[in-house]
Amino acid sequence: MSLVLPADAGDLAEVTASETSLKRFLHGLPGVDQVGLEKRAATLATRSIKKDSKRWALDLAIRMVDLTTLEGADTPGKVRSLCAKARRPDPRDPDVPSVAAVCVYPDLVATAVEALQGTGIHVASVATAFPSGRSSLDIKLTDTRDAVAAGADEIDMVIDRGAFLSGRYGQVLEEIVAVKEACGDAHLKVILETGELATYDNVRRASWLALAGGGDFIKTSTGKVSPASTLPTTLVMLEAVRDFAAITGDIRGVKSAGGIRTAKDAIRYLVLVHEIAGADWLHPDRYRFGASSLLNDLLMQWHKQATGHYWTADRVTMD
Amino acid sequence: MSDRLDVRRTAKLYLGGKFPRSESGRTYEVEAADGRFLANAALASRKDVRDAVGAARKAQPGWAGATAYNRGQVLYRVAEMLEGRRVQFAHELVDAEGCKPKEAAAQVDAAIDRWVWYAGWSDKFHQVDGGLNPVAGPYFNLSVPEPTGVVGAIAPQGSSLLGLVAVLAPIIVSGNTVVVVTSRERPLPAVSLGEVLATSDVPGGVVNILTGDAEELAPILAGHLDVNALDLTGCAGTDTTELEVLAAENVKRVVRPPAEEPSFEPVPAGPRRILAFCETKTVWHPKGT
Amino acid sequence: MMTDTTTTPVPDLVTPSWDYAPAPEARGIATIREHYGLFIGGEFVDPASDASFATISPSTEEHLAEVALADATDVDRAVAAARKAAKGWQKLSGAQRGKYLYRLARLLQERAREFAVLESIDNGKPIRETRDGDVPTAAAFLFYHAGWADKLDHAGLGPDPRPLGVAGQVIPWNFPLLMLSWKIAPALATGNTVVIKPAETTPLTALLFAELCQQADLPPGVVNIVTGAGETGAAIVAHDDVDKVAFTGSTAVGKAIQRELAGTRKRLTLELGGKAANIVYDDAPIDQAVEGIVDGIFFNQGHVCCAGSRLLVQESIHDEVVDRLKARLQTLRLGDPLDKNTDIGAINSAQQLERITTLTDTGEAEGAERWSPDCELPDQGFWFRPTVFTNVAQAARIATEEIFGPVLSVLTFRTPDEAVAKANNTAYGLSAGIWTDKGSRILWTADRLKAGVVWANTFNRFDPTSPFGGYKESGFGREGGRHGLAAYLAASDDVEVSR
Repeated sequence: MSLVLPADAGDLAEVTASETSLKRFLHGLPGVDQVGLEKRAATLATRSIKKDSKRWALDLAIRMVDLTTLEGADTPGKVRSLCAKARRPDPRDPDVPSVAAVCVYPDLVATAVEALQGTGIHVASVATAFPSGRSSLDIKLTDTRDAVAAGADEIDMVIDRGAFLSGRYGQVLEEIVAVKEACGDAHLKVILETGELATYDNVRRASWLALAGGGDFIKTSTGKVSPASTLPTTLVMLEAVRDFAAITGDIRGVKSAGGIRTAKDAIRYLVLVHEIAGADWLHPDRYRFGASSLLNDLLMQWHKQATGHYWTADRVTMD
Repeated sequence: MSDRLDVRRTAKLYLGGKFPRSESGRTYEVEAADGRFLANAALASRKDVRDAVGAARKAQPGWAGATAYNRGQVLYRVAEMLEGRRVQFAHELVDAEGCKPKEAAAQVDAAIDRWVWYAGWSDKFHQVDGGLNPVAGPYFNLSVPEPTGVVGAIAPQGSSLLGLVAVLAPIIVSGNTVVVVTSRERPLPAVSLGEVLATSDVPGGVVNILTGDAEELAPILAGHLDVNALDLTGCAGTDTTELEVLAAENVKRVVRPPAEEPSFEPVPAGPRRILAFCETKTVWHPKGT
Repeated sequence: MMTDTTTTPVPDLVTPSWDYAPAPEARGIATIREHYGLFIGGEFVDPASDASFATISPSTEEHLAEVALADATDVDRAVAAARKAAKGWQKLSGAQRGKYLYRLARLLQERAREFAVLESIDNGKPIRETRDGDVPTAAAFLFYHAGWADKLDHAGLGPDPRPLGVAGQVIPWNFPLLMLSWKIAPALATGNTVVIKPAETTPLTALLFAELCQQADLPPGVVNIVTGAGETGAAIVAHDDVDKVAFTGSTAVGKAIQRELAGTRKRLTLELGGKAANIVYDDAPIDQAVEGIVDGIFFNQGHVCCAGSRLLVQESIHDEVVDRLKARLQTLRLGDPLDKNTDIGAINSAQQLERITTLTDTGEAEGAERWSPDCELPDQGFWFRPTVFTNVAQAARIATEEIFGPVLSVLTFRTPDEAVAKANNTAYGLSAGIWTDKGSRILWTADRLKAGVVWANTFNRFDPTSPFGGYKESGFGREGGRHGLAAYLAASDDVEVSR
């Protein structure tokens, strides 16, 4: 009998068979003590990453960025510009790697796909009535299919927080399963919107729900709700994918999104990935940053490490 | 003057709620202040100390586990029982201490009132001594006094009732149990008090009264590793170095003897004597959602 | 400008390893003198005998400094200085005394990094702990007690409590500066003067603290610091003109001090050893419990009197807890105490290493299963791998004796009653831990544990407002909070207690 998966959780199908069994499973997960969790995150945040290990981390962090624009004012021009930045974050320095993906709204997927053709950079699209998720399932599925049809190979869906908070876990799960199916070959990232879940116990439950529903990644936030990603929230989610992998052998990823603006922040997140989930997760297929302005700070720090001089924002392209 | 022959008492030990003779079979003569023969008291032995400590240890968790309100009622009940025997105790004090009847009556009244005073403290000293500690972090942090466990006490040699009560009551009110060695020369009021305790609601083993020689018994108590604290108030004016050395073997809490036996008449200024036999326990818990 | 539009593909990063580069704290901030005298009457003086001893860095065995060895004559001089200063110090208003303590607190905060570095060098503990724990907490103790100095009527001892006079204080090597602060702050706030002896392996931060006393213009003789080993401490304890003894250290020495003080009127407080149970129920917040176990026994290399050295885990989750614990211990970083990423530093002395080694060997001999994470030990210095013993019998030496090192014994229980019975089955009673998500079970358990400090769903937290001290053979008296003041004051209705 395992604490991680109480009841007959070894068999996830059985756990998800009924609303009752699902609720029993989620509420049987070990509790999260807020103070202890936050203390652990704060202690790991004191890790001092210097020299080669810092350069390595900056390089990896750039490769893990989902370069994101999710504004009402987004235009094809803005997206094309972002795509250019994604493939060559620093036009003058070929040593700077490309990012992992570009993340846009569904209607701009086609533009991004075209701009990134042949680069290997993924195109991610938010879907399912992002960011609130307040629509019918049909509309959410249509939203997803549209994005996939337009060429998105990663879908960032939002869970129904209303259903979750009112205890209708089965409904949340069914939506995730349905969206996963609508994704086809596209990878699914399930946004928990942790800022609306209020407690770390809920973050842990929602993480397991998303993993059980087939999410390839669990993602903290839409970026539209404060607080967005935090170190302790990500820590809980990393524990979930670690424990999920230990039981099922299936390695899923985590994406921290929103509010991560500096290289220093990014390295703190990587330390969490390293020391909580393990070195196996230090890979863009297993951990991502959802960010926009972060990339420029990573570039400035990257150059600082490379040249020894403090860099200036004037020397990195604004997007 | 009646020619009825009075029925004398047999003064026994009070141990584990029962009244055994000393396992050693030893007794000693107790005389009144004027030299009259009063009784043969049990001369408690090393093994009686062992048995008494065993009884006290056994009774301790239950007594400490009773509610403070309940302990307060039990102590008050002792006062009630004593009140009904004021005359008896006054006579015994006249015999034991050679004081005038009026003075003896005052001593008995003070002893009764001391039980009442400590009864009232049973559910109050925690708040006076304990409380919330405002630590610099998201933690609930509370300190409370708790009984230390089993206490060995040497009762005052002079004040055979009031002094005894002034020593006993603050020890047990918090939930400690006690093994007390009485005044050697004046043990009978203590024996009678044992009879009162047995018929009040004090659970057996909470108070164990050994009559006999403190010089013989105190080192055994002081060296006993299942005794947590030692009250040497009754050793007033004597050199207790040897006892304190023995007490160090298991780091006993020691209440040292005063230079001379004090008057126990004034009501203490506060619960310090209760707290001398308490441990401060501090509990931390995080505050979070 | 031509822009290269080719992309750099995502590399195949199969199981990368991310070795953190060394991140040493700058050592230069701490100046170590070649020789240190004794701090008596406000100045550094040579010892009567001119004898000295070496203090070394336990992480490198490098010789750091020669420190004066105080003998009975020097102790006599220090006690005389403290006695001379006592009158004036007691005459000062509480507010004035408080201001000196506030000064000391601020001076310590200002030079915090210097103290942290020096402590790590001399003691071997990680800079992360000295920087984030020892030094700020030491300053907090000074700051907290400063505020008490003019409010002693509210200390719970009745109106106008009196200081005791000269306090002789002997402190251990595991938290050198913090223990100094725990001792000096309440003594000074209550109007006592002190003669304090730091441990012989860790005298340097105490001697640096002497400089703060000078910078604060503390009246000469209020704080006297004499360095030396056991004999120096014994001379302080035995000195006729010392009114109060405060000792933190081993239970064996504590008992010897209690015996030494028998029959005297000297007051005594003892903060001694422990063998704390850390109880993990099956409904514990498991990830935080694992952290609590790690914090409990591997913090400060396990050189902690209140360390959670006995893990009592409910049998139904034993394997899972042990597995998670082992996985967690693999991430501990052992090495250079000055490296900001070090979690486990050096064992404080060769002697202590020897003791830990001997006791852990008995663990295997008595049939327990020994496990340590893979980690390389440096060639120089005193090091010991974090060690976990499973299959430990309740009667085993490693389950009953204080090891004072990074060694955890894992035992199991089946019911709450059994957990409490096993937890209390020790001569010690300093601290205990409880891990469960059930509130009523926490309170039930906390009520029954014979321990002075109970950490529920946390471990090894310290605060100046929170009384600290033990039951049973872990000592008596409390340090911190209002309760701690009683150790340095005589009440008008004082019951003659030895503490």
